[in-house]
Amino acid sequence: MLIENYKVPSTIVEAAQLLRHGAATIVAGGTDLTPQTEAGVREFRATLVNIQRIEEMRGISVADGRYRIGGLTTVTEILESELLAADVPVLVEAADHFASPQIRNASTLAGNLCNASPAGDMCIPLLLLDARVELARWADGSVATRSVALDAFFTAPGKTVMQDDELLTAIEFAQPADGFTATFIKSGPRPALEIATVSMGVAGVLREGVLHNVRVAIGAVAPTPLRATATEAGLEGRLLDEKVIARAAESVRQEVSPIDDARASAWYRKHLSGVYISRALVRLQGVQGVSGHVAEN
Amino acid sequence: MSLKIEIKFMLNGRPVQVKVPPSMTTLSMLREKFDLTGAKLACGEGECGACTVKIDDRTINTCLMLAVDCDGRDIETIEGLGTVAGLEIMQQAFVDHGAVQCGYCMPGMIMQARYLVDQHSADKHKLTRADIARGLEGNICRCSGYTKVVDAVAAVVLEEASA
Repeated sequence: MLIENYKVPSTIVEAAQLLRHGAATIVAGGTDLTPQTEAGVREFRATLVNIQRIEEMRGISVADGRYRIGGLTTVTEILESELLAADVPVLVEAADHFASPQIRNASTLAGNLCNASPAGDMCIPLLLLDARVELARWADGSVATRSVALDAFFTAPGKTVMQDDELLTAIEFAQPADGFTATFIKSGPRPALEIATVSMGVAGVLREGVLHNVRVAIGAVAPTPLRATATEAGLEGRLLDEKVIARAAESVRQEVSPIDDARASAWYRKHLSGVYISRALVRLQGVQGVSGHVAEN
Repeated sequence: MSLKIEIKFMLNGRPVQVKVPPSMTTLSMLREKFDLTGAKLACGEGECGACTVKIDDRTINTCLMLAVDCDGRDIETIEGLGTVAGLEIMQQAFVDHGAVQCGYCMPGMIMQARYLVDQHSADKHKLTRADIARGLEGNICRCSGYTKVVDAVAAVVLEEASA
């Protein structure tokens, strides 16, 4: 469709008012939108709303034990954040695996989530952190917000629970507890510009070799980024020995439902999921220097 | 008629003003409205870096950025880096090290290399060849002559770090 209106709101209030009639395309960094519109797989709607000038949607802050990352925060800004590097390194690790410097400079965290690719790199660490997204819309003369758990946000490839009149303004998560440890592994024939064949995140609070509050999140193995809850349950409160790790690998292979595509076969993705969870668990174990260390390769 | 948006921004140190369709990319605007053909269209989806330009102190794939979003920004293209008569140090290093083959990727490669070194202005001496390769991971040369590209950037690092 031909774009009939172009709007550049500078506040969330203005943006919410503009979006209230739906029928708008939201653009921020443009790194996903432009290839989609240029390739014809997605059409512009009648109104194009450029949200890049909404300053209140930028920045990383922590208050009362909760992190708040503005939706327009770029992947580079996450990568360069000393606060996150010290406190939530898994988020920085994933940012480091994200596309290329030029794309990281433009891509926003909200954009990566709203694009809802099953392989979206930033989805995995945020799932590990029990992140929630804040959605804002115009209702009864003011901005109303709702908070949605990230693991309930994605519904299908490219689809989320966000409505046409909503804007993803921020991402929030609790400051990790003492002893929280997490790791991120992403596959691919080369490190840069790789759409993950499988990406794996594992997190938990590790005490004397035992993992508590386990989180397992996997990318590119299901219609949405996946929380492997059965595997999490199998690991909960267990000493991470070779048997438990082998069982977790088997459990993950059961839990994923990958497809065959140009990048890999379903069989290979399943296999890789098992390999990566073993590797991730060994890595977490190594962090604590627990004996019975299995060689990482 | 179809919608055109008037935007103003700094282009290679000069204020400019132009009308663009809202769906036009920054790359098309630079090439078609300003005749700045250094930045190239190759993949058109951010995979190759041939369209790299510096916008507000960050390098960007201009094939992915809408031109309307340039409004109010500060843009530097390869044409603003040096002149034919007086090449900028990074451009000269690429020439001196034979890093240029067909040349198509070079404007993007040089803009990204300049950005990488400038990003490390405080600790240039710490930049390793591996860091340089990583910093250029978003730029593809299909002549595949990466070794001399890294040689050229490493030479600039050495020169500027000891200056």
